[in-house]
Amino acid sequence: MPETQPAVQLDHISRHYQMGETSVRAVDDVSLSVACGEYLALLGSSGSGKSTLLNLMAGLDRPTSGSILANGENLAALSPLNLARYRRNIIGMIFQSFNLLPRMTLEENVELPLRLAEVERSERPGRVREALERVRLTHRFGHRPMELSGGEQQRVAIARALVNRPKILLADEPTGNLDSATGEAILSLLRDLRTQLGMTIVMVTHERPLAERFADRLATMGDGKLLNTSPSLRGAAQ
Amino acid sequence: MKPQDLTDLALRNLREAILRNALTTVGVAVGVASLVAMLSLGVGLQQLASKRLSQSGLFDTIFVTPKNNFRGMGRPQREVESDKPPRPLDEDARLELEKLANVIEVYPQVRFFTEVRFNNKPYATVVGGMPDSSRNSGAFDGMQGNFFSSPKADEAILQIEFAKDLSDKPASLIGQELTLRYAERQAIPAVDNNAASRAPEPSGGFSVVPKELRLKIVGIVETEPAAGYGGYGNARLLMPLKTASTLRAAQVNDLRDIVRGTTTTKTTYPSLSVRAKSPSQVEALEASIKNLGFNAFSLLDASKSLRTFFSVFDLLLGIFGSLALAVATLGIVNTLVMAILERRREIGVLKALGAADSDVQQLFFVEAGVMGFLGGILGVAFGWLLGRAITFGTNLYLKRQNLNPIELSSVPWWLVIAALAFAILVSLAAGLYPASRAAKLNPVDALRYE
Repeated sequence: MPETQPAVQLDHISRHYQMGETSVRAVDDVSLSVACGEYLALLGSSGSGKSTLLNLMAGLDRPTSGSILANGENLAALSPLNLARYRRNIIGMIFQSFNLLPRMTLEENVELPLRLAEVERSERPGRVREALERVRLTHRFGHRPMELSGGEQQRVAIARALVNRPKILLADEPTGNLDSATGEAILSLLRDLRTQLGMTIVMVTHERPLAERFADRLATMGDGKLLNTSPSLRGAAQ
Repeated sequence: MKPQDLTDLALRNLREAILRNALTTVGVAVGVASLVAMLSLGVGLQQLASKRLSQSGLFDTIFVTPKNNFRGMGRPQREVESDKPPRPLDEDARLELEKLANVIEVYPQVRFFTEVRFNNKPYATVVGGMPDSSRNSGAFDGMQGNFFSSPKADEAILQIEFAKDLSDKPASLIGQELTLRYAERQAIPAVDNNAASRAPEPSGGFSVVPKELRLKIVGIVETEPAAGYGGYGNARLLMPLKTASTLRAAQVNDLRDIVRGTTTTKTTYPSLSVRAKSPSQVEALEASIKNLGFNAFSLLDASKSLRTFFSVFDLLLGIFGSLALAVATLGIVNTLVMAILERRREIGVLKALGAADSDVQQLFFVEAGVMGFLGGILGVAFGWLLGRAITFGTNLYLKRQNLNPIELSSVPWWLVIAALAFAILVSLAAGLYPASRAAKLNPVDALRYE
């Protein structure tokens, strides 16, 4: 992909839900471009539509209208199977509540995307170790998520998101369940990883000060619409 | 996902809710067990009946007569189309029949009415010759005493009612001797100077001379095997066929042959019994005997309708046995639908990580299949035990009634494999709805689920 082509290009995207008689416009005619290697923070209050927008970029949901161009394809037109492949190979995702599978150990949780991508068994332990090394968690091998602190669990979730070497990392309120010091540590880890791996990061958050410290650019949403996008905060990162 | 990873995840999921899944599996096992037990009884009964029938000799024996035989009392002899005289049923014919494929033995009927003396008292009875092949056919299973020590022994086996006539304690007769008084045919030499070069029984007819033979009683049997088939009533005293043949005792047909003047220079038989290796070969064998120019008759049709009966019987047993499995199927559906509710969020995570709908569907499918497979194995074992228990109980009862034990249930390999396959198939069918429901879960909703 040429450097000039954006990682994600949203073009007049809308996502409407039918709630009984009324139609809810969760995302309403949003156009946004995220450059390759950019760290974008999506800000907004609860119900502003930022998480819905993130799910659309993740290929977990389909727009009611408009097109999403990512990895050279229009997500709105992809078959369910190809959309699953896109999630598996292009996207890494982390969540506010970590979403680790409690019955599995750290290794098994991190290995899960490799199983889905049908990576050879012999190759998997090395990839898992590499991902856990990146989040500095190799000493907790064999533990279950409930035996870890919140910050550690989120680092495992990041390792799981990284293990398939995605081009785009989507983070939905990654610090929402963490204290401020741990939250900062996680965001600083994400920034380091972005630098090391050259990924594009889109992060949904409602903590503007943190977003201003770590992200390259801010986009603010309200009532499903994109209210404004800031100019680049860090010219060097581009 | 690769099959190994799929199975791995499915087994892990099943272990997590071990109690519920184990109970569901036991439900399948009970269903399969009832099916296996029912069908094993059906198969066992069919084998029992087939064994008894083949022992009776009714279904593997073909009754052969010459074509010019009387078709019945008071009916005219059949018109023979060709001018050629009909083929006699002589020793050459017997040897030829014996050479046909799948024939165990070809033997004449030797049966005559005569007098037996025991303890100086006379008893009138019918004597029958038993071919040596009946030794191994199981026809004499459960008899008191033993079968004849050799095919030419001067020994007798008594039918139980006849034995009771001879003595109040029939069992005590074994080892004792009785005297058989019979009428021997002696050929009348033809008025011919070359008589010496002639065969022993020329067309001059024969005279009947009273003779005696001492026989040792070696066994007592309930009924004569293959009694009444093409014969002349039940024999109550059985002796080896070869011994009976050497007696040259006058038989009912002898007079007929004299009258009809059909005697040849060789021994001819009024009828021969051809014993096939199994009832399934009777039809083809019957056709080849007819081709040789004889009349042939068997009870094959009766055996066919018996097989039809058992097919229907097995089907009914199978339907009753399947009812429990149908209930178990609902158990699988219930367990998996519950699992979808509990693992909603997990399904959402899997989809967010890139699982396709088909991955999720296959995962639930494999879980259902594993429950079916384990339930199937357990069920076959249960079913076999149940069959054994029923056989054991039945035999206890039979023993009290002084009857011989029987093998009531039978679990052949095909039943084991069919039951396992059926259990897996039914479980997969039960997993169809939950799996497709899980696959269709909206990942955004599933991830939001607490």
